[in-house]
Amino acid sequence: MINPYVPYPVRIDDIQIATEDKSLKTFKFVFLNEGDEEKFAYKAGQFAELSIPGKGEIPIGIASSPVEKGFVMFTVFKAGVVTSHLHNMKVGDIMGIRGPLGNWYPWDILEGKNIFIIGGGFAFTTLRSSIVYMLDPANRDKFGTIDVVYGARTPGMLLYKDELIEWGKRDDINMHLTIDREAPDWDYHVGMGPNIAEKVGPKGDEKTFAIACGPPIMIKFTLPVLEKLGYSNDQIILSLENRMKCGIGMCGRCNIGKELVCKDGPVFTLAEINQTPREY
Amino acid sequence: MKVIKIDKTKWAEGLNKLRSDYQLIGPVKKDKYHDFQMLGKDQLPDVELLNTRMSPKSVVFPQSEVMLEYSLDETKEDHHIIKEVEKDASPRAVFGIRPCDAKALMLVKLNFDTSDYKDPYWIKAFEASTFIGMACDDPASTCFCTSTGCGPYNEEGLDVLMIDVGDHYLAKGITEKGEKLLKTAGWEDTSDDASLIESKKGEAEAKITSKVATENLKDKAILDLYEAPFWEDTAFSCLNCGTCTYVCPTCWCFDIQDETHGKKGIRMRNWDSCMFPLFTLHTTGHNPRETQIHRVRQRFMHKLKYFTDKYEKGIMCVGCGRCVRLCPVNIDIRTVCDKMNNYAASS
Amino acid sequence: MLEYINKIKEISTKLLEEKKVDMIVGFRKGSLPMMNEPCFAKNTEDIQSFVWDSNCGINLANYLTNRKEKIGIVAKGCDSRNIVTHIIENKINRDQLTIIGVPCKGMIDRKMISDMFDSEITEVTENNGKITVKGNGFDKTLEKTEVLQENCAICIHRNPVIYDELVAKEVEEQKDVDRYEDVRNIEAMSPEDKWKTFDDLLKTCIRCYACRNACPLCYCPTCFVDEAKPQWVGKSQDPTDTRTFHFLRAFHCAGRCTDCGACVRACPMGINVRAFTKKLEKDCFELFNWEAGLSIEERPPLDTFKPGDPDEFIK
Repeated sequence: MINPYVPYPVRIDDIQIATEDKSLKTFKFVFLNEGDEEKFAYKAGQFAELSIPGKGEIPIGIASSPVEKGFVMFTVFKAGVVTSHLHNMKVGDIMGIRGPLGNWYPWDILEGKNIFIIGGGFAFTTLRSSIVYMLDPANRDKFGTIDVVYGARTPGMLLYKDELIEWGKRDDINMHLTIDREAPDWDYHVGMGPNIAEKVGPKGDEKTFAIACGPPIMIKFTLPVLEKLGYSNDQIILSLENRMKCGIGMCGRCNIGKELVCKDGPVFTLAEINQTPREY
Repeated sequence: MKVIKIDKTKWAEGLNKLRSDYQLIGPVKKDKYHDFQMLGKDQLPDVELLNTRMSPKSVVFPQSEVMLEYSLDETKEDHHIIKEVEKDASPRAVFGIRPCDAKALMLVKLNFDTSDYKDPYWIKAFEASTFIGMACDDPASTCFCTSTGCGPYNEEGLDVLMIDVGDHYLAKGITEKGEKLLKTAGWEDTSDDASLIESKKGEAEAKITSKVATENLKDKAILDLYEAPFWEDTAFSCLNCGTCTYVCPTCWCFDIQDETHGKKGIRMRNWDSCMFPLFTLHTTGHNPRETQIHRVRQRFMHKLKYFTDKYEKGIMCVGCGRCVRLCPVNIDIRTVCDKMNNYAASS
Repeated sequence: MLEYINKIKEISTKLLEEKKVDMIVGFRKGSLPMMNEPCFAKNTEDIQSFVWDSNCGINLANYLTNRKEKIGIVAKGCDSRNIVTHIIENKINRDQLTIIGVPCKGMIDRKMISDMFDSEITEVTENNGKITVKGNGFDKTLEKTEVLQENCAICIHRNPVIYDELVAKEVEEQKDVDRYEDVRNIEAMSPEDKWKTFDDLLKTCIRCYACRNACPLCYCPTCFVDEAKPQWVGKSQDPTDTRTFHFLRAFHCAGRCTDCGACVRACPMGINVRAFTKKLEKDCFELFNWEAGLSIEERPPLDTFKPGDPDEFIK
C-alpha cells in the first residue's frame, strides 16, 4: 500500500527572491531519490504539500511546468509557520514534497481552444506553469490564441518578470501586463486587472476559455467582466484555495459543499462553484 | 452461515483461548464510564453494556496517532527525511461492538479507503481487526438506528454477530474472519435457533421508537438547504465545542501536527472538529466558516446532505444517539434532520 | 415554577412589544429529561416556548459576548454575576441589556441523578422541591436539595445581583455553608498526591473544550491552546498538554470565576473541572476578600493596585 502521507525527500537547489518586498521567494527542488521525479509526474494547475520536518506542511501550487525537467519549482509567500521557516532555509537543505495533488486545468477540454488567462498578484504560479506548458514547441499548435492579463501593485511585485518580458516579445502569445498606478519606465498598461481584461480580452465564444487566478477581490471584479465579454459559466475556470492538511480528501476541512477543494479541486468551473456554498 | 451456541459458562474460557492469537479489545469501565480498551490478562469485556460513552472508532482511528518520524540531527545520514513509523498490525478481536458502531466503520471506510488514495493507518488497523458485535435488545430512547439504514441486528461491518439469549449467546459468523475467530475460541456447538434470531430481531426493532425522516434529503438542492432560515435558531445555543464530533462514530476529520523533542520529530494526526474556528482558518486571517452558524450548518449538511449526495449510501449517521445525549446544550440531530427533510424553499 | 415561567413570558412579551429589546435570551424545553436548551426569541410567538425549572444550568451570560443588539436576558444569580463581569470586561454594555432576574434555588445535577439509576431515565418532573424520576421499571421521588449541582448546593448568591425586572420575590440566601471543603482537602495533600489527584481527574479528558466554551469567561478571540505563532501547547492527547490547558484556563479565570458550574455541566466525560477554578476562587476570596461579579463599580483584584497591598514585590 502506498502511503500518501510520506513525502518525497528533496534538496533545495536554488532560492530566488521573487518580489521587491521580499515577501515571496522562488524555490527550486531536486529529488534525492532516483525515480521520484517520474513518480511526481504532474499537470499544470496541480499543487503539492511542501513538507518541512518539525514544522509541518503547506499546500502550494506548482510553478514549474511539466515540460521542464530535472527540478520542481514553487513560489512561496511568507505568511505562516511553515512558509516563514521555509523562507529562512538555505540551498542544500533537505525537506519533503508530497504530491502532485488535486486536479489540473482541464487540458483535454482546452485543446483546440483560445485561452484567456487573467492573473493577479502572487497567484500567478500555476498560470506560469500553464503558459510554459502551452508555449512548449510540442504543444503550441494544440491551442488557439493565448491572451494573458497579469496585474500587480507595482512592477517589482510581478512574478517571473524576466519571463513575462520575453513572452511579450513573442507573436504567439498576447501579453497584457498592468500595474495599479503609474511607475517610471513602465511601458505597459496601468490600471486594475479586471479593467484591462475588459479592454483587451478576447470575446467569449464556444472556442474560448478563461482561466482566472488571483486574490478574492480580483476574482470578484473579474467575473462580471468575463460575463460582459460573453463567457459562459462553464468556460470560466478558477482555482480555489482553502485551509488544507492532508491534501488527499481525507482530513475533512477544505470542502465547499460536497466538493473537496484539495481532491475534487482546486480547479473548478464557475458553473460548478455556483452549485456550492461559497465557503472558501 | 451457521449459528454457534456459546454457553456463558464457556465464555471466559473461549476468550482465554483467543488471547494468544489476538489482542482482545472490548468495553471496560474507565473511571466513570465505559470505553473500548485493550483488555488486560484475565480481563473480560462488558459485552452486555448498553454502549460506551466514546464510540469504538478509536480502535482503528485513535484520537492521537503517530504517522511519520524523522531526525533533525544533521550528523545522521537520513536527517530531515520523513519516514513511515512501524505499526502493530497483529490481529485484534473487538468484542461488544454494537451494530450501529459497526455500520459507522463502513461509512468511515468510504473516506479512508478510496480508489485514489488509501489511508494505510486506518486500513491496516481495520483489516487487522475482527469485529464481534452484540445485537441490541434493549435500546435507549435516543437510539434511532432503524431510521439510518441500520438496526439493532444489523450485520454491516461485523464479522460475528452475537445475540444474548439468557444463559447462552448465539453467535452468527458473518465473514471468514469471524468464523475463524469462533473456531479459535473453541466455540463450535452449532445451534438450530436461527429462527429465534429473526424473531428477536423483530422485537428489538419494534423497541426503537425514536424515528427520523430522511427520505427527502437527497432531492433537496444543496444551496436551498444551505440558505434555509432555520440555521440561526439551530445554531444559537451551540458552544462550538467538539463533543458531538468526538463522540460520533462516523466523524473522521483530523488535524496533522509536527512535534519535536530534541532532534527527534514525529508527524501525527489528532481528531479535529468542524466546530472549531481553527479548522478552516486561513493564514491570512480569512475564515470561510467564520461564524457559529457556518460551523453548525457544516456539521449537519455534511452528515445529512453532502455525504448523502456524494456516496449515495444514505446519511452519515447511524443513530447511536451519543451526540444527542452528550451535547451540553441539547442540540438534537433528530430535530435538525427533520427540519432539513421537511424544508421547502419558499421560492 | 409555573409562576416563574408565566412571569418570564409576561415580561419578555412586554419588552418585545415595547421594542425595548431586539431579542430575549432564555431557555426552551430540551428533547431529553433534565435538559433545557438556550434559545432566543425575537417575537411573541417564540416566547411561548420559554421555560424555567431546575434544568437551566447553562450560564446564559455566555450568549452575550460581543453582541450588538439590545437584549433581554433571563438571569439567575450566577448568570447575573457573569453579566456583571462581562460589563466590567467590556464584552457587553449595561445599556444594551434588560436583565430579567430569576431568584434561584439551585439546579439539579443531571449526571448525579443519571448515575443513581441502572437504566435510562425517561422522565423527570418537579413539584414543590421534590424531583420525580421515572424510567423503565422505576419511579422515584427525590428531595431537590439532595440532588443539586455541587456548586448550587454551596451557592451564597442565589438572587441576581443586578437586574431590571425580577420574576419573583427574592429567595433566602444560604448561610453557614462550607464552600471550600473540597479545596482544603486537596491543599492538605502532599505534592505527589496532588499530582495524582489532578492526573486522575483529567485522565478521561478528550480536549473537546466544552468546559472552555461553556464558560462565559472564555471569550478570548484566540485561546492560547489554539495559538499557532508560537504554538504554546501540543494538540495531542499527551497528558502534559491536557494539564497545561486545564491549569492555564483555571488561572485565566482567577478573580473572574463565579463558580457557576457551567464547565462541569458541559463536560461530556463527567470531569469535575471546578476542582481547578475553585482553588483560585478561594484564594481570591481569602487574599483579596473578593467575590467576582458582585458590582459593576469595582475592578477585579488582578487588574487593580492598592497601596496597601500586603505583598512586598509590587511596592
